Amino acid sequence: MTPAVLKDAALTALVAFGLFAPMVGLRTDVGPTGELVLRQRWGDVAILVGIAFVGRIALMAWRAVRGEPKPPSAARTEAIRRAGTFVAPVLLAFAVALPLIPGTGRYELDLGILVLTYVMLGWGLNIVVGLAGLLDLGYVAFYAVGAYSYALLATNFGLSFWICLPLAGILASFWGILLGFPVLRLRGDYLAIVTLAFGEIIRIVLLNWVSLTGGPNGVSGIPRPTFFGLSFSMSGEPDTFAGFFGIEPSPSHRVIFLYYLILGLALLTNWVSIRLRRQPLGRAWEALREDEIACRALGINITATKLTAFALGAMFAGFAGSFFATRQGFISPESFTFIESAIILAIVVLGGMGSQIGIAIAALVMIGGFEVFRDLDEWRMLVFGGAMVLIMVVRPRGLVGHRTPTVALGERRSISAEHVAEGHG
Amino acid sequence: MLAVDTVSTAYGAVQALREVSITVAQGEIVTLVGANGAGKSTLLMTICGDPRARSGRVVFEDRDITALPTHEIMRLGLAQVPEGRRVFPRMSVMENLLMGAQVARHDPAPLLRQVFALFPRLEERQSQRGGTLSGGEQQMLAIGRALMSKPRLLLLDEPSLGLAPLIVRQIFAAIRELNEKEGLTVLLVEQNAYQALRLAHRGYVLVNGRITLAGSGRELLAMPEVRDAYLGGGH
Repeated sequence: MTPAVLKDAALTALVAFGLFAPMVGLRTDVGPTGELVLRQRWGDVAILVGIAFVGRIALMAWRAVRGEPKPPSAARTEAIRRAGTFVAPVLLAFAVALPLIPGTGRYELDLGILVLTYVMLGWGLNIVVGLAGLLDLGYVAFYAVGAYSYALLATNFGLSFWICLPLAGILASFWGILLGFPVLRLRGDYLAIVTLAFGEIIRIVLLNWVSLTGGPNGVSGIPRPTFFGLSFSMSGEPDTFAGFFGIEPSPSHRVIFLYYLILGLALLTNWVSIRLRRQPLGRAWEALREDEIACRALGINITATKLTAFALGAMFAGFAGSFFATRQGFISPESFTFIESAIILAIVVLGGMGSQIGIAIAALVMIGGFEVFRDLDEWRMLVFGGAMVLIMVVRPRGLVGHRTPTVALGERRSISAEHVAEGHG
Repeated sequence: MLAVDTVSTAYGAVQALREVSITVAQGEIVTLVGANGAGKSTLLMTICGDPRARSGRVVFEDRDITALPTHEIMRLGLAQVPEGRRVFPRMSVMENLLMGAQVARHDPAPLLRQVFALFPRLEERQSQRGGTLSGGEQQMLAIGRALMSKPRLLLLDEPSLGLAPLIVRQIFAAIRELNEKEGLTVLLVEQNAYQALRLAHRGYVLVNGRITLAGSGRELLAMPEVRDAYLGGGH
């Protein structure tokens, strides 16, 4: 055992101590007379620091035995790509068939709706972050704009969901353009900070403009969606879904309808993204992500290109937002906090920026996985964080890190991400 | 074809160009030589409207383009090969080339054939990522990408930067071929003054943002001040 290893392990132990001393070492409990008592647990801290120390030495030893980590081969990427070509149809077939599979109950469908909402948000944000390369930390703002647009238009003017859906999209993309203008000249970290602030501004305005939004009380009594004018009530009248089709009224009809609605909206987002990637506009987005100066030299209108990316990404968030509002029947600013933006961004990054199927899988893992580990209670966040770190260690460019060129003469070949260093594009 | 008339440009308080006037006629190869920081690239960028000229005029084919936004200037029939090549690293060679034809209204297919005829290497590597090409291939790609917009005037910024002498000769031969066969007008910015002046019909020498010498390539090559300052006297 060399001193270098010991030093490294000691450093790891020091970091562990810094982390665990306040988090584990100090704990406040309610004392016998109701006051708070500070309990110190230095024994537990010592155990954790010891684990970090020994674990680090073990890790170093294992690395020494195994030798230098090999870079993932192009063959592995190729295998993943080939797997992707049949995973996508299988996932799609599963998504379409889910409500018909016996044993699928209310809980599974609700979870499916939740996952699909995040798939859609991930695909929408992917236009901005994955394709155009504009790091947006305030994406949830557009989700909120969409939700409040539908909620307020429906409760105040009695407009139906199908009229409000495009309106919510238009309003959200309007806000997208509004955000786009001041940040046209910003990139990277600076852009991230401004978009983060924008997300907070929207949330705080919603929280404080009580006369319009109801403030922290939110908007309640939002009309539920109808099936082309047929409501999903349980009365069995002729103007209800069950009555019209002459079937037994059931509360699951609405859930199944909502499920297919969000599936359709998500697939629309996917279709538009895929189509646009093959169009000059989509190619310009990707070029913009790669090199803004080169784009300028090629005569591309940077302003228009960036604004369309913001507007389109925001529009899909607006659609998802109005779906969220009609599904919940109640919205409040609490649903649109920064953590939502962070989760959506994590889905895009973990999925592999720009990869449609990668994002769908990442949303399934992140949102669905989070539900699966519900029994772990407070350990859930730990598993969640650990899984994210693991994905980034094993596949630093995301689950599906390659991209297939949109044009080629003859055979299309995908290009492995490993050929280009991280941080380049 | 291109006339830069007493143009001054500044970055904030730093004056980069002082009343520079140059002309480029149809069918010519004109080169700008000068030391690091003399303002060669700034002049090229000013023609493209970024940064904008503080005073003076830039006229392209009888049209005043001084105040036009960059993306409109680049659609008028001039194309720029930026310094450092700037190919799109994660996009394939083919996608890189099509980006060049992005704003053009013509069919890219014949131009693509022309670029592949000029640089057969690009055709072989068309599905490879731009970032995985060698420096010379990236330069070919950058030139090919600029040609895809069917320009009448090509602005080249330091095409020899960081390339092996053999590759530089290939690139310069390609520029000469474009000029002679296609009649393409070229404005070339180079630190490699010897090669550039041998290739060019005419040249300008830029010192501290001012044009100090002008003449045909051969004349400039023969001038003792040019030989001493830029050619190291050894060639």
